[in-house]
Amino acid sequence: MTDYLEVKNLSKSFGRFRLCDISFTLPKGYIMGLIGPNGSGKTTTIKLILNMLARDSGEIRILGLDNIADEQKAKAALGVVFDTNYFSEDWQVAQVEQAISVFYPGWDSKRFAGLLQTFQIAPARKVKELSKGMQMKLMLACAFSYDAKLLILDEPTSGLDPVSRDELLQILSEYIEDGEHSVLFSTHITADLERAADYITYLSYGELFFSGSKDEFVDLFRIVKGGTEELSADLRAKAVRVRTFPTGFEALVKTEDTGAFSALSIEPATIDEILVFTSRKGEDYA
Amino acid sequence: MKLILSNVSGIPIYEQIKRQVKAAILSGELKEEEALPSLRTLAKDLKISVLTVTRAYTELEQEGFVRNVQGRGCFVLGSSSELMREQLIRKVEASLAEAIKAARIANLSREELQQLFDLLLEVNTDD
Repeated sequence: MTDYLEVKNLSKSFGRFRLCDISFTLPKGYIMGLIGPNGSGKTTTIKLILNMLARDSGEIRILGLDNIADEQKAKAALGVVFDTNYFSEDWQVAQVEQAISVFYPGWDSKRFAGLLQTFQIAPARKVKELSKGMQMKLMLACAFSYDAKLLILDEPTSGLDPVSRDELLQILSEYIEDGEHSVLFSTHITADLERAADYITYLSYGELFFSGSKDEFVDLFRIVKGGTEELSADLRAKAVRVRTFPTGFEALVKTEDTGAFSALSIEPATIDEILVFTSRKGEDYA
Repeated sequence: MKLILSNVSGIPIYEQIKRQVKAAILSGELKEEEALPSLRTLAKDLKISVLTVTRAYTELEQEGFVRNVQGRGCFVLGSSSELMREQLIRKVEASLAEAIKAARIANLSREELQQLFDLLLEVNTDD
């Protein structure tokens, strides 16, 4: 299996922030969600991949190419979508094509026109006249027009309504359907990942908490619920975190530890619940 | 074949796919040599992870329901296949064990249970 993105022992520190020894790989043909609370290093990681920030140490390979030594080649295979549009606000959509296409030898004008039609973007419209969802689709249309193999999206769904978010997920699953494209997708709206993501990389305050298949990630933990008197010392010791309230408690417990509590209500945990219960900020939650 | 996935059932998505494909094969709705939907297309259509569908298909193959042909897709093995027969026998065993358990609770004697079994066998010969 070819890896489209390899991050090895990546570290970077500036100010009080430290991104510490991050490693993960995204194989060809899959979607990976990059998750974690705000300030965990998701955007920093993406900026390091794009060489918009210089790394302190580690290695990054995009389709097997070093992201700094082979930057030009690597970036020709890369599409990027940020949460805010990076085109000049006063450009018309057609001018965006003129400006962007010169950088990509493989630019397919027909495809771009077709995508504008599919996404219902009029070429004469100015960028600033487009809604947030439309601007995102314009960035996607650009990336698809030079057949970017790896798409990197930083918080693409924040500020989008549910309809646009659903459209985006649809576009991404069509993008990877042929098995030749991959997506790295940072978000804190984990509902978007719950179903469509194949892999999850979870950063927690600069450190790697988990990287692997989403099903595996969700299967790591269970939510155990019960009445206040059912919260034993054993359970307290085994729980990752417990939240108590007058009528009972909720605890996140490693799946392998749930055997002893089969008398209580045990449910699968959502990505959101795992995030909330495992983040340090959740301290005041307990 | 229809596939309906529930988000609230608590059963993992891959397991739901497996169960429904198995049911379709055992009921004869999916015929021998018929192709399952392409893995990646199914993932796209159901808006689920490719890995989830991969897991469902791989386990179906391991359990002898389908055959994976590299680059061509996933095909239903006939119910005559040895593994499929084994699956069916296991299902019969499990159901009988269940019946025996219920019979013990109801204090049925061995003879009574056998009579009941013969009676049901006769009633159901038409299917």
